[in-house]
Amino acid sequence: MGVLDRFFGPSWGVHPDDRKRPAADAPLRRLPLPERLYVPLQQHVGGAARPVVLAGQKVLKGQLIAEAQGGISAPVHAPTSGRVLAIGEITAPHPSGLTQAAIILASDGEERWIDAEPPGDPFALPAEEIARLTAAAGVVGLGGATFPAAVKFNLGRRLKVDTLIVNGGECEPYLSADDAVMRHRAAEVVDGLRIVMHAIGARQALVGIEDNKPEALAAMRAAAAPHGDVAIRAVPARYPMGSDKQLIQVLTGREVPADARAAEVGVLVHNVSTCAAVHRALRRGEPLVERIVTLNGGALRAPGNLVAPLGALVADLLACAGMAEPPARLILGGPMMGTPLPHADVPLVKGASGILALTAAEAARPPEGPCIRCGSCTRACPMGLLPLEMAGRIRAGDLAGATGFGLSDCISCGCCAYVCPSGIPLVQYFSHARGELAAAERARLRGDAARRLAEQRRQRLEREAREKAAAAARRKAERDAAKARASAPAEAVSG
Amino acid sequence: MLMALLSLACLGTLLGLALGAAAKKFHVEADPLAGRIESLMPGSNCGQCGYPGCPGAAAAIATGSAPVTACPPGGRTLAQALAEMLGVTLDPAAVADAGPQVANVAEEICIGCCRCLKVCPTDAILGAAKQIHNVMREACTGCGSCVERCPTEALRMQPVPVTLQHWVWPKPATAAA
Repeated sequence: MGVLDRFFGPSWGVHPDDRKRPAADAPLRRLPLPERLYVPLQQHVGGAARPVVLAGQKVLKGQLIAEAQGGISAPVHAPTSGRVLAIGEITAPHPSGLTQAAIILASDGEERWIDAEPPGDPFALPAEEIARLTAAAGVVGLGGATFPAAVKFNLGRRLKVDTLIVNGGECEPYLSADDAVMRHRAAEVVDGLRIVMHAIGARQALVGIEDNKPEALAAMRAAAAPHGDVAIRAVPARYPMGSDKQLIQVLTGREVPADARAAEVGVLVHNVSTCAAVHRALRRGEPLVERIVTLNGGALRAPGNLVAPLGALVADLLACAGMAEPPARLILGGPMMGTPLPHADVPLVKGASGILALTAAEAARPPEGPCIRCGSCTRACPMGLLPLEMAGRIRAGDLAGATGFGLSDCISCGCCAYVCPSGIPLVQYFSHARGELAAAERARLRGDAARRLAEQRRQRLEREAREKAAAAARRKAERDAAKARASAPAEAVSG
Repeated sequence: MLMALLSLACLGTLLGLALGAAAKKFHVEADPLAGRIESLMPGSNCGQCGYPGCPGAAAAIATGSAPVTACPPGGRTLAQALAEMLGVTLDPAAVADAGPQVANVAEEICIGCCRCLKVCPTDAILGAAKQIHNVMREACTGCGSCVERCPTEALRMQPVPVTLQHWVWPKPATAAA
């Protein structure tokens, strides 16, 4: 990022047609409560939650149904009142089409909330308590990363973060879920972000909103007006502005080093929807049981934003938006970074910001050709990497070589694949390589563990042999002693 | 008495010193290549290669008396890593590799004889006499030693199930270059 960027805007990234309207301008609707909800136990980064309800049990809306397990994890709450039908498996919203464990709820249609006491004024609470309450409400990063929010709070406090960056970038085309949160719930977002500032000890908050969302900017400016420490900033609409490293750089001028976290340069990034969820958890005592999700794409009759309970099937959401034609491709998230869905019978999860039903024309990809080394991907890469060099090495199976070109710094934003004139699926190469490297690392750890186990077994066998020998020696000594005692009186008698 | 103690102590000290000096002087340098090969191997000493444990196989591979494909649990990945280290050309497709495997107990056939527990190189099988045994997947190296010992064929090797956490994006099909 050079001096010229100050005047001409960032040189990295791409500028795809955003296609956010008319979905962004449609009124916010609520999904009619589905009869069944399939609530996955793992909707976050970290360990899966452990169920604390039994099949057949009645639950109330907001009741804890699965508790967090391990340091990085998040609990899961009932999105509606009803009965637990089963704890089973459901196809995960994941490109593999594999299943994951889920709690299946039959709703009773009453939407009866559990009695929750709001914890009182959050600004009177110590920071640790806010982190604890946020964790207990199951709040995770709603921008898509789904990292447990409370873990980030504790990290921010430990690393003495001075600035909270609130991410209202939403740079992915088609998506307007964050836009809807800011338009309709601006006061909640501002209150939530002030609670987050208190929790991490930040002095100021910068809210970055892309300038293609004038309504959201106006609503947020109005809501933040009474608070001098919250600044709303319009940032140029450029993909991937909503990536934390890029947003930090544009708003503060600080660059996050490779292999470092944002907190190490004194900032922490939270999404606007996450801030609204923190507000609901702390002010109303409501756990995270629903979210705003964008339904968009050419295959839908009425695209727009829906308030939907977690665990609702994508098929229910699509039915609510009305299908104009069968979609050629279903995507969870945005078109640039989202995951293709195997079919529509997958549940809505905490990190799902949008469901796209694309027509064949929208999903069309140019046929793949050989790399012509034009360097377009290098200019587009927001991380300053050389995608063509990395992909070439991965194609040849040289994963170490690709790592040498900074594979671990890739944020999988998809800019390179978007601009590639040869239609090379560059990001898939990088995802594949990262998966293979992670698998190799797991295999190495397993090998080390096996060696350790084999060594422990050897020691155990040796110890057992030693103990056996010692026991045999002791028994022999006892036998000899007994024999000696038995023969001594006999000698006395005979003598 | 004192004389005997002293002379024995002197003798012991002198012999000890002599042994120590001999160990230094006649030290045999172990082949460092064998050590490096051993560090790549599974380390469970399962014996499927026909050598006495992983160190034996590593020494044989280092001297060239065993092929780089000698280790069945190591599979194709190990063969490739060894071929690269030793500068041997290897046809990856020629290595039999059914992917990572773990042992599994068919509970309806297991009679609880405890024979498999005794041969498991990593103590990955849990069980007691006349109780159904079970394999701890995290500890199983997939060496298959237990399968041969089971009198009722209750132990079978199975491919490691793919989970969401372990799934890897496939490599894109290469376009015509």
